[in-house]
Amino acid sequence: MSEAMDFKVIGTRPIRPDGVDKVTGRASFGADFSLPGMLEGAVLRSPYAHAWIKSIKTDAALAASGVKAVVTGADFPQVAAGAIEGGEGGGDFADLAGNVIARGKVRYHGHAVAAVAAQSRAQALAALALIEVEYETLPAVLSLDAALAESAPLIDEGLMTSGLAEPATAPSNLASVIEMGNGDLDAGFADAALIVERRYQTPTVHQGYIEPHACVGRWGQDDQAMLWCCTQGAFDVRSMTAKVLGQPVGSLKVIPSEIGGGFGGKTTVYLEPLALLLSKKSGRPVRMVMTREEVFRATGPASAATIDLRMGFSQDGKITAAEATMAYEAGAFPGSPVGPGTMCVFAPYRIANFRIKGMDVLVNKPKAAAYRAPGAPQALFATESAMDEAADKLGIDPIELRLRNAVEEGDSAIYGPKFGPIGLRACLEAAAAHPHYTKAKDAGVGRGVAVGFWFNVGLQSSAEVHINEDGTVTVIEGNPDIGGSRASMALMAAETLGVPYESVRVVVADTETAGFTNVTGGSRVTFATGMAVVEASKDIIAQCCSRAASLWSTDEDMVEWRDGAVHPRPGVNVEAKPLSLKDLAGKAGRTGGPLLGKASLNARGAGPGFSVNLCDALVDQETGQVQVKAFTAIQDAGKAIHPSYVEGQLQGGAVQGIGWALNEEYVYSPEGVMENAGFLDYRIPVASDLPMIDTQIIEVPNPGHPYGVRGVGETPIVAPLAAVANAVSASAGVRMTELPLSPPRVLEALDQA
Amino acid sequence: MAKVHVPFDLRHLAEGAAVLEVRGTCYRSLMAALRDRYPVLEAALARDKAFVLDGEILDSPLLEAVAPASEIHFLPRIGGG
Repeated sequence: MSEAMDFKVIGTRPIRPDGVDKVTGRASFGADFSLPGMLEGAVLRSPYAHAWIKSIKTDAALAASGVKAVVTGADFPQVAAGAIEGGEGGGDFADLAGNVIARGKVRYHGHAVAAVAAQSRAQALAALALIEVEYETLPAVLSLDAALAESAPLIDEGLMTSGLAEPATAPSNLASVIEMGNGDLDAGFADAALIVERRYQTPTVHQGYIEPHACVGRWGQDDQAMLWCCTQGAFDVRSMTAKVLGQPVGSLKVIPSEIGGGFGGKTTVYLEPLALLLSKKSGRPVRMVMTREEVFRATGPASAATIDLRMGFSQDGKITAAEATMAYEAGAFPGSPVGPGTMCVFAPYRIANFRIKGMDVLVNKPKAAAYRAPGAPQALFATESAMDEAADKLGIDPIELRLRNAVEEGDSAIYGPKFGPIGLRACLEAAAAHPHYTKAKDAGVGRGVAVGFWFNVGLQSSAEVHINEDGTVTVIEGNPDIGGSRASMALMAAETLGVPYESVRVVVADTETAGFTNVTGGSRVTFATGMAVVEASKDIIAQCCSRAASLWSTDEDMVEWRDGAVHPRPGVNVEAKPLSLKDLAGKAGRTGGPLLGKASLNARGAGPGFSVNLCDALVDQETGQVQVKAFTAIQDAGKAIHPSYVEGQLQGGAVQGIGWALNEEYVYSPEGVMENAGFLDYRIPVASDLPMIDTQIIEVPNPGHPYGVRGVGETPIVAPLAAVANAVSASAGVRMTELPLSPPRVLEALDQA
Repeated sequence: MAKVHVPFDLRHLAEGAAVLEVRGTCYRSLMAALRDRYPVLEAALARDKAFVLDGEILDSPLLEAVAPASEIHFLPRIGGG
């Protein structure tokens, strides 16, 4: 990587190759696939949030018209405990299997109990009504406080808390505890001129992807199976589904469809094992498609969280001490993102004295799944709200307060390692100079500032680069394209090979065609798979140089790759004309066969991403309604391969974060039934709710990537929660600490102020 | 010897030590040396934590070279959306 690189195509803004098909309806998504003789599947879901399953009778359903197969938990193998790696960053295979279909106990309203395959969806739904399930209901545990109460009903009777200094002696709903710390907390607070201490709460929210989960499964007579599905990671679907079904990984081929959003929510499996087992039983392919209601009731939300925060500041705004106790809802099985939350909560700042305690807590809600920067939005909502309050009370500009405490290259993160080159200070300085920040506010408008952070990850990726006989380029990789990654891969291949963007076609391949590749998530694709594409392109270049040297009867070190062609080095064989990729592709058969470059790697060198968001909001003092008047997202991308799609990530994260801040929440009845399981009642922002989201890309190159890339998919959702809350607090004149800032909550706060 | 920073919540498994000096030329040999001294700690680290070598979070480490001046941290595992 070189900051001074003279890019030819990287940094340009060509139209993404999948774009036209996606906006004209030609692209094939999860529900768009069909096979001859295909059946339609449907899932019977628990009507109770917490209950023992006493018995299940399926005879009547199996005998119903058109029904070809019924499965229950008893049809699935017992799955041994074992960590799921490389996907969501946590979780256990046994819990995954238990979430796919209940065995013995239902743990949330909507938990799958049985599934039916029939000739039509109507027949499948009718058969569900014929399945008799006898339940013994149990009290539902629906909040962190209720789950951690001494007399709380146990969701998992065998769950012993891990992470305690002394082994737990009795089961509880507390799955694990994580603690971090350094320095002298008491001394730090004793030095403080100001202490901000509050409880911050965020609700259960959904990723809100537009496309519901869908798949088609076909079990072959030779026990070789195929899955077509919408997923963020075909290889993860393969490993998870194989584990749930007790099958060898190699017996399953997964074909990823186009994907209508995921945001972390499509990094696990729900329907896929059900469809395949129904197919095995019926001998026919089976399609399963969730309704929106099922998506809300049975797929992973983001964890609700309660964070008790205490921060001490000197008179000049330096943080003297900080303490956080963070409880995250895991849902019905262990595995909330509280671990990353504990590492993010104070990550933007230099803090010598701190303690952090994180708790992973079971409740009778769907198992939490990843949602962009999992764990970080909740954590930094708390910290950035406290920073805002401190700036106000100390009379220091909120950006200046952050600059006085901001981490820089060489600082140790609060979670231990030293930062390499990072862009927090550059983002803060850009925010301070931005017209949004320097212009005067309109009357009544509050302005909020907040910082975002995410680690970014690498993981494993593969890529192949094929040079076709006319010199055009085909890139084969295994990451479903959610945010324009085909375009980014094509740009990096074109840049490396010195060919036009238009001559590169990128294919997202299935698990039998692409080399192993981890999930599209963790802001890793442009970084890690991009690195694989660059390496595979360099493999092509090396082959081209070797073949040109042979053609010129000279040594390889006498030639060089420049401007998309092999040239003799200066002073060597001056009569030879450069050989372009097209020239060498035309001679491939006579110089050793097809030009095929390959790379597989476990990417190292991921660079953390920082952001700063600015928000102007106006509170209607009569109704409590909030209008977002202006919003600016500033983020360090390392190097923006395709600036438009980086800006799109920033804008999308801002919109989702604004929704999380203002309106989104799961509303539960006392019995644990979600009462707003649809987009009419679960209020995500629409275009008319929002101003244009302004963006500014900062580029502090990541030395760990050949072109300086950092991931950009996660960080954008981290800062908006606090940026909005700080703006609303300023406009309302009262500090808001519990999300969402819906009109009733804001009005209540105004009334109490 | 490499400096191994013991996670705050596992220091009770290392007699309260915040930092251990451990001999090893790669992840595998470093963990073997750690296992000889604190087997319960090593098991907890290998099972529950991500390995961080000189600031780099490493997925699936095994043969990564560890230098005498290396700084080792263990963190909660990180995924992503």
